[in-house]
Amino acid sequence: MIKQITRIGAFALATATLVAAVTVLVPTAPVQAADRSYTYNYDYWGDVQDSPDLYSVCKVFTSSDLKLEKKLLNPQGLYVHDRSVFICDTGNNRIIELERTARESLEVKRIIDSVSGVEPATLAGPTDIAISEEGNVFIADKGNARILKCDSDLNYISEYLKPNDATLDQSIPFAPNKLVVDSAERVYCIATGINKGLIKYEEDGSFSGFVGATPASYDFKQYIWKKFATQEQLAKMEAFVPTEYDNIFMDRRGFIYACTGSVSQEDLKAGKADAVRQLNLLGDDILVRNGVYYDGKFPVYGDLYMGDGGGYKGPSYFSDVTCFENDVFVCLDKNRGRLFSYDDQGKLVFCCGGNGNMDGYFRMPVAMDHMDYDLLVLDQLDCAITLFTQTDFGAQVFEAMDLFDQGKYNESQHVWEEVIRTDGNYDLAYIGIGRAYLRQKDYKKAMEYFELKYDADNYAKAYRQYRKIWVEEHIVTIVVVIVLLLVIPLVIGRYRYLKYKFETSDAFKYDN
Amino acid sequence: MAASLKNNEKWTRYKKSLRYSLYVITHPLDGFWDLTHEKRGTYAAANTILFLTILVRILALRYTSFQFIQVYWEELNIFTYIASILFPLLLFVVGNWALTTLFDGKGRLGQVYIATCYALTPYPLINFPLMIFSNFITVDEAEFYSVLGMLALIWVAFIGIFGMSQVHEFSFGKNILFMVATVFAMLVMIFLLMLFFSMVSQGVAYFVSITKEMLYRM
Repeated sequence: MIKQITRIGAFALATATLVAAVTVLVPTAPVQAADRSYTYNYDYWGDVQDSPDLYSVCKVFTSSDLKLEKKLLNPQGLYVHDRSVFICDTGNNRIIELERTARESLEVKRIIDSVSGVEPATLAGPTDIAISEEGNVFIADKGNARILKCDSDLNYISEYLKPNDATLDQSIPFAPNKLVVDSAERVYCIATGINKGLIKYEEDGSFSGFVGATPASYDFKQYIWKKFATQEQLAKMEAFVPTEYDNIFMDRRGFIYACTGSVSQEDLKAGKADAVRQLNLLGDDILVRNGVYYDGKFPVYGDLYMGDGGGYKGPSYFSDVTCFENDVFVCLDKNRGRLFSYDDQGKLVFCCGGNGNMDGYFRMPVAMDHMDYDLLVLDQLDCAITLFTQTDFGAQVFEAMDLFDQGKYNESQHVWEEVIRTDGNYDLAYIGIGRAYLRQKDYKKAMEYFELKYDADNYAKAYRQYRKIWVEEHIVTIVVVIVLLLVIPLVIGRYRYLKYKFETSDAFKYDN
Repeated sequence: MAASLKNNEKWTRYKKSLRYSLYVITHPLDGFWDLTHEKRGTYAAANTILFLTILVRILALRYTSFQFIQVYWEELNIFTYIASILFPLLLFVVGNWALTTLFDGKGRLGQVYIATCYALTPYPLINFPLMIFSNFITVDEAEFYSVLGMLALIWVAFIGIFGMSQVHEFSFGKNILFMVATVFAMLVMIFLLMLFFSMVSQGVAYFVSITKEMLYRM
């Protein structure tokens, strides 16, 4: 009996081995860990690495925490200006200005439901607000199809209406959804139903064009299908149109971060669409994507795995984006309720969050902004604002980055070493140390650290210098070796020739 | 005494046939003709070349600069990796022999094997120095690396094709035709093998589950 079972076992084993040999050709999907920490990171191979928290929930503010008489209803916009936090309480047609009086407290400063000097004076479903450097307030008054420009006391200055552009269907009402204002009071606006890019108004309120439209994705296969499709089929097919942006943010230098969630998994993976872009004044995408990844550059689109899990599937849906003073930007994923943070090189800093009802988890996060290095996230369904503050670990990571940017490479390196002591799986720290060594001209050490995390580009920089120095130091040896390599065969050849001549020479032969 | 002499003879023959591979890769037509017809190739040398090829491929995983080859060690199985070289080679040899033998191919199975292995010679010959060389260049000079690596493969394919024509005594056109046909033969064999193994594994699974079921009930 035992023998028989072993025989079956051996047979099964042999079969399994052969099947395994056959399946070499078939790639296998990486397996995800069942339990993982709140914060995580993706390594070079795209594997999930648990991480200590860089951000943790400081406090969650609900309507009652804010002592609001009328509870928040379907809020959609969040904007931070200095110590003030503006919440667009869209469902109640008002904007609430809160003031952060202490680390853990937000107090209502004023409630904006109307402006003076214009008809209609009341707001209807405001979705966003922005404040210029001069202190003028810009409100996306979506329900009234206008963008209001007021002074800081909410006295009407002017309003921006639907651009009088021939390519726009004037019968559809204007629905300004999100807006930003630059230092010259130019307004960039996303309007629902307009996919030509951001609507740009000059400082005098005149429409000056569309900026930064996403290129329409289009391929040959679709083209062929369209040729043969009937009218009914054509109507059901997706049009070749650019995707609309979902939200925008203007960083301190005037670059616009624009994110969108309406991109397909295939387009994202094929690199044909971007979940987030950094637009310059001309509307070109200048986002640096230099993260190390086994398959090209590290993708800046949130979660790498888009499979069905926990009731959620598809790619991350970026509903908002914000950028800190140190050019680290954070994207908010509405699909899985997560935050994704990348540094100025497009390297992943952290991912955290999830869907749920606990603090730090979301149901429908729609807007996000930052106050210094704190993050505020607005959840549309929970009607709550979650305030995230940095943990010691997070502060350390940011300090190391800041020190590097200030040129204090040695200090930066020491802080990164502290970071590694907390989290040995934190790839950014290794590359950070490598970059610090590179700047301090310790190329050998820099190479070691870059090699650990497969950063080939930086490794090449360090190695080129290392090789140059090595060659300069050993130039004499190199020349000597090359000369010897040329001379020795010549000498040997000559010696053999002479020896041959000598041995076969008649002079030494016995004359019999 | 006699045994050691015989051994010595074998050893000399082995060394000679191994050194002959260098002649084969530079003079494929003449080389492959003599390889089989003059019996200047040996199984021992062929096995050695194959072993070196596999060895160089495995060494390359570890000792090539990470800029050119990144290995996900967690999922690397050395046996499947070796099988991924041996298995296609075996398929090619068997497929080629099975087809050509039906169409007046003169080569026997062993000769096809020896010729194929001899054709692999440029691979370790180029890739071993290339592996060392890769550690002295950066990604900017990656062209040198990829061109040399490609050269090795083209060389192998080139002399492989010539080798087969000499072994089977085929004309050029007929040889090309049968090289293409061999690829299809390989695909058919893979298909049949997969069919066979999936059926066998299902059959085994059936008896295993019956045994388990019975053990639970006893």
